[in-house]
Amino acid sequence: MKKLVLSTALAAILALPALAPAQAQEAHAGGNMIVTYKDDVATLDPAIGYDWQNWSMIKSVFDGLMDYEPGTTTLRPGLAESYEISPDGLTYTFKLRPGVKFHNGREMTAEDVVYSINRAVDPATQSPGQGFFGMIAGFDEAAAGKGPLSGLSAPDAGTVVFTLSRPDATFLHIMALNFSYVVPKEAVEAAGADFGKKPVGTGAFKLAEWTLGQRLVFEKNPDYWIKGVPYLDSFTVEVGQEPVVALLRAQKGEIDIPGDGIPPAKFVEVMGDPEQAKLVVEGGQLHTGYVTMNVTQPPFDKVEVRRAVNMAINKDRIVQVINGRAIPANQPLPPSMPGYTKDYAGYPFDQEGAKKLLTEAGYADGFDTELFVMNTDPNPRIAQAIQQDLKAIGIKAAIKSLAQANVIEAGGAGTAPMIWSGGMAWIADFPDPANFYGPILGCAGAVEGGWNWSKYCNKDLDAKATEADSIVDPAKADERLAKWSEIYMDVMKDAPWAPVFNEQRFTLKSARMGGADALYVDPVSIPVNYDYVFIKE
Amino acid sequence: MLSYILRRLIQSALILLGVSFITFVLLYVLPADPVRQIAGRSATPETVESIRRQLGLDQPFFVQYGHYLWNLLHGDLGRSYLQKTEVSALLVSRLPATLLLMVAAIFCEVAIGLTLGVIAALYRGRALDNMLMLGSFVTVSAPQFVVALLLLYVFSVKLGWFPIGGYGTFAHLVLPALTLGILGSGWYSRIMRSSMLDVLRADFIRTARAKGLGRGRIILGHALPNAILPIIAMIGIDIGMFMSGIVVVESVFGWPGIGQLAWQAIQRVDIPIIMGVTLVSAVAIVIGNLLADLVAPLIDPRIKLQ
Repeated sequence: MKKLVLSTALAAILALPALAPAQAQEAHAGGNMIVTYKDDVATLDPAIGYDWQNWSMIKSVFDGLMDYEPGTTTLRPGLAESYEISPDGLTYTFKLRPGVKFHNGREMTAEDVVYSINRAVDPATQSPGQGFFGMIAGFDEAAAGKGPLSGLSAPDAGTVVFTLSRPDATFLHIMALNFSYVVPKEAVEAAGADFGKKPVGTGAFKLAEWTLGQRLVFEKNPDYWIKGVPYLDSFTVEVGQEPVVALLRAQKGEIDIPGDGIPPAKFVEVMGDPEQAKLVVEGGQLHTGYVTMNVTQPPFDKVEVRRAVNMAINKDRIVQVINGRAIPANQPLPPSMPGYTKDYAGYPFDQEGAKKLLTEAGYADGFDTELFVMNTDPNPRIAQAIQQDLKAIGIKAAIKSLAQANVIEAGGAGTAPMIWSGGMAWIADFPDPANFYGPILGCAGAVEGGWNWSKYCNKDLDAKATEADSIVDPAKADERLAKWSEIYMDVMKDAPWAPVFNEQRFTLKSARMGGADALYVDPVSIPVNYDYVFIKE
Repeated sequence: MLSYILRRLIQSALILLGVSFITFVLLYVLPADPVRQIAGRSATPETVESIRRQLGLDQPFFVQYGHYLWNLLHGDLGRSYLQKTEVSALLVSRLPATLLLMVAAIFCEVAIGLTLGVIAALYRGRALDNMLMLGSFVTVSAPQFVVALLLLYVFSVKLGWFPIGGYGTFAHLVLPALTLGILGSGWYSRIMRSSMLDVLRADFIRTARAKGLGRGRIILGHALPNAILPIIAMIGIDIGMFMSGIVVVESVFGWPGIGQLAWQAIQRVDIPIIMGVTLVSAVAIVIGNLLADLVAPLIDPRIKLQ
């Protein structure tokens, strides 16, 4: 018997913006919002764009089969009206919402979904998201450029069927990822490599202007399939603006949101002024900052040494170093992630205990090592604080402060004994505990060039992870999360990382911006969920 | 004249070839892999290798460099690794802003530098001279970022005379041009001062005085045109020095020029853009020097092109 997970009616209700939990005030339609960024927007091609700046814009221009309720991590149907999962968890059948049109006026069909997913997997596209589709049958052949995915078909214009090679509970999240967003073949072929500059999607906004190096203007899509959304007539993204200058402009009311956030050097000043502080929205973020220890090299091949490092770091003080913009972390998952173990206290801050562990490991006199760190503020300051803590137990860590790309390279090559992950590593791609494991703690990432910088590979835990992700029945979601919680607790016993803090997000918005606070710290749309915010009056 | 220009052009082409080679070598040995940046965090080793192959980065160094030069000869600077946009399109979109800022800034620094240099020379050894020379020392050593933010804070935020960064109108141009102008003026004022002092001691100035010419006429009509010669050569050299300042100033003022593009590309190891910007800068320096050499004989007939 197949399970109908979401009925059409339920899906339609969930899609209604007025009922979305994040929508607390009455929305006004119209107006233009201005957001600024330091860096250029790289691309709006959903198969290629892979940073938070372009992700949230891509989310406004395109849609996927699945989506999230605004301001939350709760999945809801997007372009799919409903879906069914076969009892063995291997077949997903999506029924498409009828009448959805691309910005070029053509109606979207199941063939477009098939084309878009195949395009993301095709090696010629060079998509950084290719690996996310590994559970679809025929992935290996398709990823090697030997034709389309065998496990993906469109039996009719309104139905898409995925056959998986293994049950995978994260699959619906993958269908909500930008890499799965639906693009029209004819527009992609017409624009060629420039599709990222001439995007055509089904989303709430369409790109009206892109002046390279200066601004992008997104205009409301009047035919958007969710009625009444978006509220804004348009939003403008101005690029090339230093965060300090952007803040000055925000303070003068010239812009609505500094997209890069409040610069660290200005944070205390802003929060100390009640007028400005009340315009700042704080929220959790699916992020963990951690120190990796290369478990394949002495002295970090000894678990006692790794545990000692965990106990030596004064996390509260590091949070102070960044003006309280985070909460101390005790495990890989951030608190807002499902599967987070609430009753786990983590390693205590205990320098005497840490010294004892070092003695047990045969390093009573400590040792010399290197701590790699990305060279932008506040990361070197954080590394210095860690360095001081380690010195207190006899570990002399020389700081290697390098450009981001160089630290990533050293981490991938396994030449960095310790790395402070800040500014480079993990913010979740999707809100599921699995996303914090595979590439950064699993064996698959512990290869030359992989993102598992501690090179930690525990085959038993990998097997447990596969087992957990095989539980696809939504009724057994808690069982699955409990398994993930166990996995992360086992990781902490082996201590390949010292989790340090979970960053909090602080978004400064102009007084005229309306919409629930959650929209301004939306966990999947950074800095804001452009589709649902509005201008008061 | 024609053979001189031809010779200089050949020299310039060789210089550009050298610049392209050195930059290519430096980026080749850089301990950062652009393919990792493109492939992202979840890439399998197979994906990484596939992208490396497609970009030709698995080829030996000289094959890659030869390929780059061949494309360059056909006017193809390649596509950005991360934006997938043609580098030439990115450069063309940003060059006008940089050229505008450069011209305005050079005008500012020359105007400020010459004025202060002449005044210092005329008041040689006095308090005003010492003050101006101390001031020039401060301006050449002041951090660009600090001066830019200071001007922005005072004239835009506090006084509200100019917009807080951006591009498009004359008002947007004033502060970035002034920042670069103030910072660069120190060199000009120092050179102008010593050049002016040399000229003021020359025989023809004494003759002019003996003939009873007025002080203003002597300074403006005789001393200045002769003292200005070293400045012409310096403007050519200055274009090269300008590039580093432009990166910072463009970033602070949100000026959409190639300095800003370069800075972003360096952070992301987007090699085709870094190569493109370096070559454009090198071309600007070469042209600047060539123009300076060509203009010098027009001002001073004693100088002959050889």
